[in-house]
Amino acid sequence: MTAATVAILTSPPSLPRIARRVLPGFGLTLGLTLVYLSLVVLIPLSAVFIKAGSLPLGELWNIVSAPRVVASYRLTFGASLLAAAINTVFGFMLAWSLVRYNFPGKRLVDALVDLPFALPTAVAGIALAALYAGNGWIGSLLAPLGLKVAFTPLGVLVALVFIGIPFVVRTVQPVLEELEIELEEAAASLGAQRGQTFRRVLLPLLLPALMTGFALAFARAVGEYGSVIFIAGNIPMVSEITPLIIITKLEQYDFQGATAVAGVMLVFSFAMLLVINLLQAWSAKRTGRGR
Amino acid sequence: MSIQVENISKSFGTFAALYGVSLDFPTGELVALLGPSGCGKTTLLRVIAGLETADAGRVILDGEDASDTHVRERQVGFVFQHYALFRHLTVFENVAFGLRVRPRRNRPSADEISRRVHRLLDLVQMDPLADRFPPQLSGGQRQRIALARALAVEPRVLLLDEPFGALDAQVRKELRRWLRRLHDELHVTSLFVTHDQEEALEVADRVVLMNRGQVEQVGTPAQIYEHPATPFVYGFLGAVNCFRGRVEGAHVRVGEARLPHDGQVDIQGAAVVGFARPHDLQVVTDLAAANGVDAIVSRVHAFGASVRVELDSLEGAADRGEPAHYEVVMPRERAVSLTEGQRVKLVPAQLRVFADQAA
Amino acid sequence: MSAGVLHGRALARRFEANPATREPIWMKRLILAIALTFFVLFLFLPLVAVFSEALRKGWLVYLAALVESDALASIQLTILVAVIAVPLNLVFGVIAAWAIAKFDFRGKRLLTTLIDLPFSVSPVVAGLIFLLLFGAQGWFGTWLFEHDIKIVFAVPGIVLATVFVTFPFVARELIPLMEAQGRDEEEAATVLGASGFQTFRRVTLPSIQWGLLYGVILCNARAMGEFGAVSVVSGHIRGATNTMPLHVEILYNEYNFAAAFAVASLLALLALVTLALKTFIEWRAGRVETVDD
Repeated sequence: MTAATVAILTSPPSLPRIARRVLPGFGLTLGLTLVYLSLVVLIPLSAVFIKAGSLPLGELWNIVSAPRVVASYRLTFGASLLAAAINTVFGFMLAWSLVRYNFPGKRLVDALVDLPFALPTAVAGIALAALYAGNGWIGSLLAPLGLKVAFTPLGVLVALVFIGIPFVVRTVQPVLEELEIELEEAAASLGAQRGQTFRRVLLPLLLPALMTGFALAFARAVGEYGSVIFIAGNIPMVSEITPLIIITKLEQYDFQGATAVAGVMLVFSFAMLLVINLLQAWSAKRTGRGR
Repeated sequence: MSIQVENISKSFGTFAALYGVSLDFPTGELVALLGPSGCGKTTLLRVIAGLETADAGRVILDGEDASDTHVRERQVGFVFQHYALFRHLTVFENVAFGLRVRPRRNRPSADEISRRVHRLLDLVQMDPLADRFPPQLSGGQRQRIALARALAVEPRVLLLDEPFGALDAQVRKELRRWLRRLHDELHVTSLFVTHDQEEALEVADRVVLMNRGQVEQVGTPAQIYEHPATPFVYGFLGAVNCFRGRVEGAHVRVGEARLPHDGQVDIQGAAVVGFARPHDLQVVTDLAAANGVDAIVSRVHAFGASVRVELDSLEGAADRGEPAHYEVVMPRERAVSLTEGQRVKLVPAQLRVFADQAA
Repeated sequence: MSAGVLHGRALARRFEANPATREPIWMKRLILAIALTFFVLFLFLPLVAVFSEALRKGWLVYLAALVESDALASIQLTILVAVIAVPLNLVFGVIAAWAIAKFDFRGKRLLTTLIDLPFSVSPVVAGLIFLLLFGAQGWFGTWLFEHDIKIVFAVPGIVLATVFVTFPFVARELIPLMEAQGRDEEEAATVLGASGFQTFRRVTLPSIQWGLLYGVILCNARAMGEFGAVSVVSGHIRGATNTMPLHVEILYNEYNFAAAFAVASLLALLALVTLALKTFIEWRAGRVETVDD
């Protein structure tokens, strides 16, 4: 602190950048970071665009707009949106319960919320398939109701809900923990009913976090592969997700087709990344205390 | 509009925040709840508001027992220490909040809400900033919005938790005077919590001094300052010098010296502690003439019209249980002759004595 | 009186005791019931199912599935991949966090976003990019073939894909942590004459150790459990290029469910250990924080 202050006070105002770099290693660490990032992430990723870009535009369009591929978009994006929405509602309730209530087993529940991060997706996939199959614990309960989950689009939804749970819970939970209790006290002292306080005070403050959680869960769900393929049944035009289309094309040595579809997914990923960054900035602005 | 609390007790775990507190706040007064941090003053305020439920005792608002009334039905205005403004709402919407959440049948029309909010914003001199959001306001401005928001529901009583605690010194003084004027205009029974004695004495009609969950003294600022009821009150309100000794008739014997006292303890030989304010002590340089306590001048702070002198007791005094330091305030002209290191005698005009609990 | 210092049970107790933040009891029960049902259906039962299915045919079948030679080979490969990928990303994470958290420069936000990029890329696409680079028809495919170097459908490809998908874990854990800690302590150490490395080892490292460990265990869990990306580049050669998740897939597709779930149960155990460590670290870090207050 003192060092920096003195440096800033004594150096000419035109050189604040240099004055700030009291600590060593800036060039070295930034350089290494950029090199490693480029080698492992940026250059490999650019391969997709270069390869896809080498295709004639018409052919590219034909690949990415083929009926089977379009059907997979519809399933992937539709189920992902729905799964993210389900997670937003129930994840919020879970986060709320973890922050606001005490109940037996709370610590276990809190720890297991992150299971989808820690459990390999393939394991999640076969476990869900076993549970929701017609003879599984849950599937056998749903079967008499005429509900088939495993090997239908509904199965895709179940898997996507599973992998998205931590996103909403873990984005909302800290915000909920840090909300000043005084806001609710103020609302109550002004005569607001509990529901009004929730709707008019809590929800607007939590909305950015909820939307960030939604976006994160959605983005993750769209790219998900491992947990879905075991429970989806993978019937073309019905329960085949886009990442599986890429795999199928690769298995047929159709590199160009696979790359073209991968390009579509990457563009979507970048767009979501942008959206999520904007949402997080908004969230920080709304939940951070001003001055 | 009156507030009474009867026998309020409240504990948090093993910590007793309030212990059998009974108070009667008359209608229309501005009362300060004063005390060191942890004395229970904020807890008392929150119990009155209904934000905290007392373990025992009753809160009576306007003659009605409100102990079981939910905070949202108590019609109290509460101003939070850090304001608790709704960040996502404009200044206008913050103030309108209490009106908008009323049940439909009691809710004023949109025009009426707008009229009332603007009137309040005028009152707190914030109307031009009605469309701003709280993060865009200064601390003093937020404080005034918090007050306007609390007033919008036409509270029966106004409760303020450390209303100036989060402001810097300059703004604080300004807002203090402003709150006093505002109260004179509105005459809502108001309670504010503070740990700043100057603030309490300057602003309030009446001061409740609390310590360790109990009330030490209730009175007007003058009463509290001039006639402290307990050693704690004496010590809490401003700088003080204390002398330990035994009663000998109209005097207290402190070491060699015999000092006059106010006769509050007149048991011969009783161990007492006597208090004198810095301006109630005389510094006498003629060591032979005076009947006073020995001391050595250690520092003379000479700025402004009066001079503050710090003194140390003689060597060995601390071993006899006497305090090691004294503080005296005197007019500048009388301090001219004092030099640091000089030996003097301290002569109090009159000691306020209390039985010495420590002896 | 601010809520910031309280966590967990103490925080919830405050909400439950406060008349202004308390729901009616029926509403609280309803919310809890819905939330916990959701938890049981989607998190708890799948976990239980793994172990229950694994042991369905008894301990003997279970153990036999684990000591079978292809299973052992897949376990070895999985550990090998993690042993290479995790330290690489650990070192990178520390270096990147130092550059980003301790200095101001233009494009810092963009760099932080780029580091997070692998998280938003579908694992399948992550695998595909290495096929495009090193596959038979890839940019370097011919050259690699001429020099008899196998990357794709071999262990190096699996390692590369794993490094890619676990790339951000350590860095993204450390960057906010180190940013929050500021530069005062490092600057003080520099003023006192410490070299850059001494400053890092004696001042920075002790204060980020829990965050570092946190990042490492999450990175490790993902490295051992990655499926999609590895699946694309592995070639699925039994006993040679199958990691545990891939081995699970093969067994499952062969309707050898007991064996599939047996291997899966090892991965589930790994997940549980990861979560237990993670909870422990959060508890430790929380405690250190409270002591500092």
